[in-house]
Amino acid sequence: MTILVLADHHDGMLAGTVSRVVTAAREIGGTIDILVAGHDCGAIAAAAAEIAGVNRVFCADDPRYEHGPAERIADLLVSLAPGYDVLMAPASSAAKAIMPRVAAMLDVMQVSEIVAVRGPDRFDRRIYAGNAILTVEAQDSCKVLTVRASAFADAGRGAAAPIEPIAPIEGPALSSFVSLEASRSDRPDLATARVVVSGGRALRSKESFAELILPLADRLEAAVGASRAAVDASFVGNDVQVGQTGRIVAPDLYIACGISGAIQHLAGMKDSRVIVAINTDAQAPIMRLADFALVADIFEALPELTRKL
Amino acid sequence: MSLKIIVPVKRVVEASVRIRLRSDGGGPDIANAKMAMNPFDEIALEEAVRLREQGLADEVLAVSIGPQAAQETLRTALALGADRAVLVETGAAIEPLAIARILAAIVAEEGAHLVLMGKLSIDEDNNQTGPMLAGLLGWGQANCASNIALSQNTARVTCETDAGLETRDVPLPAVITADLRLNEPRYPSLPNIMKAKKKPLETRPLDAFGIDTSPRLRRMEIREPPERQAGLVVESVDDLIARLREADLIPSGRAVQ
Repeated sequence: MTILVLADHHDGMLAGTVSRVVTAAREIGGTIDILVAGHDCGAIAAAAAEIAGVNRVFCADDPRYEHGPAERIADLLVSLAPGYDVLMAPASSAAKAIMPRVAAMLDVMQVSEIVAVRGPDRFDRRIYAGNAILTVEAQDSCKVLTVRASAFADAGRGAAAPIEPIAPIEGPALSSFVSLEASRSDRPDLATARVVVSGGRALRSKESFAELILPLADRLEAAVGASRAAVDASFVGNDVQVGQTGRIVAPDLYIACGISGAIQHLAGMKDSRVIVAINTDAQAPIMRLADFALVADIFEALPELTRKL
Repeated sequence: MSLKIIVPVKRVVEASVRIRLRSDGGGPDIANAKMAMNPFDEIALEEAVRLREQGLADEVLAVSIGPQAAQETLRTALALGADRAVLVETGAAIEPLAIARILAAIVAEEGAHLVLMGKLSIDEDNNQTGPMLAGLLGWGQANCASNIALSQNTARVTCETDAGLETRDVPLPAVITADLRLNEPRYPSLPNIMKAKKKPLETRPLDAFGIDTSPRLRRMEIREPPERQAGLVVESVDDLIARLREADLIPSGRAVQ
């Protein structure tokens, strides 16, 4: 098998999810190349070349790939596809736009967000908000996959794969970048964090979310997440929404604070290794799912927890 | 130029229903489940109807590919403001790639320049059909829109991404997929439900399209995910900290005060 992994990156940094996708690729088995497309992305390509198991890194460094235009990156992937049996990427927002476009252009049915590799063309994925596991066998000669990175371990470092520049593909832009309202954070990325602290509607305001959740997350060097209710109430940005339609996480430790646990939220976090729920309502669905449930008022329990850690 | 918007809508098990798997391994038991329009499609439809109400579009066409019962979903779409509806009738489950091919054929027939659709359907969670359709048509695309401003044949779309809110200009023709925060869909009013009964709803057999819709993915098995073991109710913050330290989940640095 020859496998090409499309790298995800933000702010000049390779996303931690890429190394996990390489683990999935190694389970499929074969020669693993990585494609980095961007502008001034040499450092990203260098980081990709260190991932254990990588054979070669292609670097398409060109202004037209700045801000990851899905249409252009899809064209690039399609041009490289004839050399590969498998095209895969972390199921990030970027890849969710790029990979299905690539699949359709290649006349391939994509397998979305795989959580396990059962064989070279057999994969598990979750359906119905995580309430069922579907095993599929991909019958197209080329396979297009996105990978739920949280379901795979980091491949580790230690390789020194060669980096080869590749020329951009000509063609119309079809869309153009205007602006990015980035949510900057020094915290670990949600998709790969070891600990996630999430807040829900019970936080009541943006201010109390900041006062109660952020110090606890700082203390635990955790990523910050939120329920849809908290995002809709503007306590925190949409990019930290954990759930079926937001970010899917599976950290070692997930601390749900004032979150009741709608099906859609549970779909985004129930594969976490250990779940802690703090809620005044002992009957809330998340309390039944939690490994450790603390019936308490978050306005008292969270400051105490942060102080005592 | 007049603008026709196509909004694909899918009939799915209602979002709040917790599905059960059939004991024969045949997948989710949806025979008696409450069905509804996929919520993301509802948001896409609302946006299309608003664009027409603002005079920025001329016609909104709702399309569903599915069983005869999807007529009900299309009647809802008409009650919510679609001008007409097409059901491509099939009893089979059709994969996103084939759905995108059928939609591409309808787009060509209709001369539409904008497709607004949900970013995913909440049953299969594939998250594919919009970009697939854009790829087949060679159109520009914007995924997971939380705002759309349409002027002079260009859509300025704010997209929800992992890095934050990204705004892109997408000249029409284009495919735009809707995310949760794009709008709050209206409820159909009784007069509009009555009016919807008189709006045109055309049913066409899948065969009429001459598109190969045979599945590319073999569904080998569907099973329940492993149940989580029932947890422990801890009595206090101190108890919680002790448990987490015991499990080596938090550093055992400072002593509990």
